[in-house]
Amino acid sequence: MSPSRAPKVTVSMEVPLGVTQALDVPVGTLQLRTYWQTVWQRVLRDPVTLACGGVLLVLIAAAIFAPWLGLSDPFASDSAKRLLPVGSPDHLLGTDELGRDMLSRLVYGSRLSLTMGVVPVIAALAIGGVLGLVAGFVGGRVNMLIMRVTDVFYAFPSILLAVAIAGSLGAGVANTLIAITIVFIPPITRVTESVTTQLRAMDFVEAARASGASTYAIIRTHILGNVLGPVFVYATVLVSVSIVIAAGLSFIGLGASPPDAEWGLMLNTLRTSIFLAPLISILPGFMIFIASMCFNLISDGLRSAMDVRF
Amino acid sequence: MNPQSTSRTPLLSVKNLRKHFPVKAQQLGGPRLMVQAVDGVDFDIEQGQTLGIVGESGCGKSTTARLLMHLIIPDTGEIALNGRPVMRPDGIELRELRRQMQMVFQDSYASLNPRLTVVDSIAFGPRAHGADREKARGRARELLSLVKLDPDQFGPRYPHQLSGGQRQRVNFARALALEPRLVILDEAVSALDKSIEAQVLNLLMDLKRDLALTYLFISHDLNVVQYVSDHVLVMYLGKVMEYGSVDDIYHRPRHPYTQALLASRPSMDPDVKLEASPLVGDPPNPINPPSGCRFRTRCAYAEGVCEKTEPRLHALRAKGHAVACHMSISGSGHSKA
Amino acid sequence: MLYYIVRRTAYAMPIAFGVSLVVFSLVHLAPGDPLSAVMGEIDARLLAEMRAHFGYDKPLYLQYFIWLGNVIVGDFGVSLRTGMPVIGILLPAAANTMVLGVLASALGFTLGTVAGMVSGYNHGTWVDKLVSSAAISGVSMPHYWLAIILVIVFSVELGWLPAMGIGNVPTLFSWAALKHMILPTIALAAIPGAIVARTTRACVMEILNMEFVEALRARGLTERRILLHVTRNALPTVLAVMGLQFANLLGGSILVETVFSWPGTGYLLNLAIFDRDMPVLQGTILLLAMFFVLTNLVVDILQTVTDPRMSRA
Repeated sequence: MSPSRAPKVTVSMEVPLGVTQALDVPVGTLQLRTYWQTVWQRVLRDPVTLACGGVLLVLIAAAIFAPWLGLSDPFASDSAKRLLPVGSPDHLLGTDELGRDMLSRLVYGSRLSLTMGVVPVIAALAIGGVLGLVAGFVGGRVNMLIMRVTDVFYAFPSILLAVAIAGSLGAGVANTLIAITIVFIPPITRVTESVTTQLRAMDFVEAARASGASTYAIIRTHILGNVLGPVFVYATVLVSVSIVIAAGLSFIGLGASPPDAEWGLMLNTLRTSIFLAPLISILPGFMIFIASMCFNLISDGLRSAMDVRF
Repeated sequence: MNPQSTSRTPLLSVKNLRKHFPVKAQQLGGPRLMVQAVDGVDFDIEQGQTLGIVGESGCGKSTTARLLMHLIIPDTGEIALNGRPVMRPDGIELRELRRQMQMVFQDSYASLNPRLTVVDSIAFGPRAHGADREKARGRARELLSLVKLDPDQFGPRYPHQLSGGQRQRVNFARALALEPRLVILDEAVSALDKSIEAQVLNLLMDLKRDLALTYLFISHDLNVVQYVSDHVLVMYLGKVMEYGSVDDIYHRPRHPYTQALLASRPSMDPDVKLEASPLVGDPPNPINPPSGCRFRTRCAYAEGVCEKTEPRLHALRAKGHAVACHMSISGSGHSKA
Repeated sequence: MLYYIVRRTAYAMPIAFGVSLVVFSLVHLAPGDPLSAVMGEIDARLLAEMRAHFGYDKPLYLQYFIWLGNVIVGDFGVSLRTGMPVIGILLPAAANTMVLGVLASALGFTLGTVAGMVSGYNHGTWVDKLVSSAAISGVSMPHYWLAIILVIVFSVELGWLPAMGIGNVPTLFSWAALKHMILPTIALAAIPGAIVARTTRACVMEILNMEFVEALRARGLTERRILLHVTRNALPTVLAVMGLQFANLLGGSILVETVFSWPGTGYLLNLAIFDRDMPVLQGTILLLAMFFVLTNLVVDILQTVTDPRMSRA
């Protein structure tokens, strides 16, 4: 799962030959949509991406509104009702090894699991994005310094680095968030740097420099808008990886701790029950898988939607 | 501007412009190699004139343009705009230089931000120089009319919704947005279809007359340069080979390189035979240019002296005509001198 | 070419140095020193003596250089928990991880390239859709979950294969030993297999779209010959991806090894974390990260050597 090397992101800005030549048509027939409007239109025509977006929306909504959904208490254990099968009355998805309602725990679990998937990526995006922009735009020694440090962190497989940092910091959700954020800063820095460097060499940035504009104005108007797309697509892939790694850390006992409801942790505590209730014991993993896959598919969909010759 | 002063200061004066780029060493511990992209170029451009720069690809034409704009910082060189030196305490500031001097690039598509509408692209410069958004957009619309594009129709479009010629007009409007005195046209029409190229060239000449502009016109197309220029500079491997009025360069070329370039132009008249030997092969590697005269490896008249000493740019009797060739320097040691 | 190899190798040196610095710093991320974490409440004088014994009383930079000097000659220190030299624990564990890594890479690479080729060649057909769906599932798969499913299906329900451990067998080259490897290998192969499949598919499609393939067809080459050309052009990229995945497998096997109680580096790491046995933790991470650096180096060099376009550099 670890795309430990950032993919080569190239900014495609060529015009398909012949397309632009015959455009002397009245303005009414020309679609004057902005780039993001065009991308959005294309996403709306992509059923897979839409479906994944729908699933994620449901998951996120359930996570936010969990207390108001009329679910049973996710922490109420009942030794008489241990490992009830899926489809039991009152317990639609059965109960876990302590008799707690699975449906409720899975829904409440999404709060921690999705947070641990999304928050590190956002944090890494903020830090790595700035680092990459600076490295790419300033170039020279600054670039050298930032990218060499990035390379060092790149020299660790992502799971190993996450385990190493989280393991050294000690168990706990906060430490896991920090660990995964550190893991994702280098790849985001690298992708941002590579796109920024490509953009910086382009004529329209040269032209902007030639107009005597300030560095800030050039970055804001000419770099940011073009960097955002590819970096955002990459970040959605990382969310998918982040969900799997975060749950994995909890799975080996580093992230959330009992009695928290968290998918990775639930998967771990239910391992003792694989003989008695195999179906229930794999449910939390299924949630991790679905969430991770939805982010992956959305990323694929966005990538092809953004691949407009624009 | 002032026809009475005969010894007026040129609008742009360039002396000893030089830029060497480091190349990655090819061997461990080998000498640090440099590409001598531009190696000591001098020229002046008078107000209201057009100076054409010609030469094969890789001769340093485009680097010269970028050095003038200070998009690349020159190693050495004294550049003065209207007599005011650039990057000197008492001289002209970079920001002001870039307002008075603008540039149009070859690739009309790459030189426009694909995420900005035409109007916003043009308005960016005035905005950067303090105009508010509405004023800058209004200015952009005026400029679109100036380059003969309907502002209502083309203003809200994105670059990919324009044809190559239309885009280059937009680039030109953008260059004019800051009311520059000098516009550098770096192969600005080379990528266009021939029919479009003529239209754009005519537009350029009209604007030059109407707005009292001065052009530095860089191209590898000798015919276009002849059409637009008042004076012409011939470059080869980062050095000036010959400089003179269009008439001198095209009708009385003195440098074998200029002669060869002109001879290699396709002629309309099938009976015309090539007089000078046409150019064969590619220019030598600029990392390690030939000693003496840089052109000697491809020159039909090369002799011993050409290998030993480098010919200076030497003024000829015709006013304003200069050539860097031993054959034109009496007593240089060349048999044809 | 030789110059490139030398330069690339020289470039890996500061990285390796940086990696060692990061690994060393990890220990000091945690509050308190490593000893008090292991010893718990003990006599202060005894603790001070032990700190001196293990060198934890020296300034940090000195500790680092002493540690680095020892590591370079193969001395990874002594386990705080067992008192055994770390290297003696680490090497057998690394060997076990390596066995799984090689098997899983071989499986993932074979399945991935074949599936990717078939899918790239039949772009848009149901085969392509099937492979693509399987690949995206594989990429998104929490492999520790896959491991649990495999155990449930093949050990619990069917009873065909053992669920845990390496087995008490004298040699790895026996059916009894192999039986223990099958499930962990499959679980580990899922992600690299899926990534290789996606890479191969993209490569094949890109190459098939190139004009030279058209030219080959126009010259009347058989499809089999064309396939050869496509393979040769796709191979460097796919091999590079696989090389990195192999290194990633070794570093990322901790979760799967935990599920199967496979006595490899991942399992060792897991124990060391919860015992707070810092020398073991440091040693294991350093070894895995260094192996990753080395693999990256080899992959880069191989890719350059095999890519004809690179030969000018």
